[in-house]
Amino acid sequence: MKRQVTGLIVLIVLVAFLVWGVMLIHPFGYPDASDMDDYIIENAQEETGSNNVVAAVLFDYRALDTLGEATILFTAVMGVLLLLRASKRKKETS
Amino acid sequence: MLTKIVRTVANQLILFIVIFGLYVIVHGHITPGGGFQGGAVIVSGVVMLLVAFSSKELKKSLRERVLSIMESSGAVIFIGLAFAGIGTVFFYNLLVGTPIFGRVPAIGPGPGDIWTGGVIPLMNFAVGLKVIAGLSAVVLALALFSGGEEVEE
Repeated sequence: MKRQVTGLIVLIVLVAFLVWGVMLIHPFGYPDASDMDDYIIENAQEETGSNNVVAAVLFDYRALDTLGEATILFTAVMGVLLLLRASKRKKETS
Repeated sequence: MLTKIVRTVANQLILFIVIFGLYVIVHGHITPGGGFQGGAVIVSGVVMLLVAFSSKELKKSLRERVLSIMESSGAVIFIGLAFAGIGTVFFYNLLVGTPIFGRVPAIGPGPGDIWTGGVIPLMNFAVGLKVIAGLSAVVLALALFSGGEEVEE
């Protein structure tokens, strides 16, 4: 009984915080500060020569982020291959 | 290994899947898509082959060594293109305005031109190579790992 009451109070507080946060969001499609978006939309084709502005952001303006993404992929592949190869070798020797 | 019907259909279909994936990679700077997406499309074809044939059959044509060399060369091309522009900044798009992928399209919506984008098409190609090789190696390693256990039991 006591645990249920505590759970109910925690639930109400969390839901209140969630509703509060949702009500604070600015209207959809109207960001507060759009300087960066406007700059990229207006200048991306001229500066990078790419018609696909998403590709221009991914591989030119925010390419360092893509480098991190590629590193994550590389690390994941390396980890899977290392783990599975090590387990295979252990099975062969034992 | 599945029936002969499934194997034949998979054998014919893999060509179209690979062509569509290469199209998505090569046109990454014009249409939606890019290296990651096109690579995932091609790897879905590899998974189809893995379902149709057994993993040991597929291992004969897809060597782990070749895949790791492909992935590493993709990473090296990506980093090399990033360092190529270090005279200005890291990841500077230095090919805009040159004859190679250097045309600048008209501002606004347009049909697009394959020879635009500077280093973006090359980086898409490098990332596509990385994703194809990396995800194929992971899928193949997982299939071989679980397949080997089944044989032992």
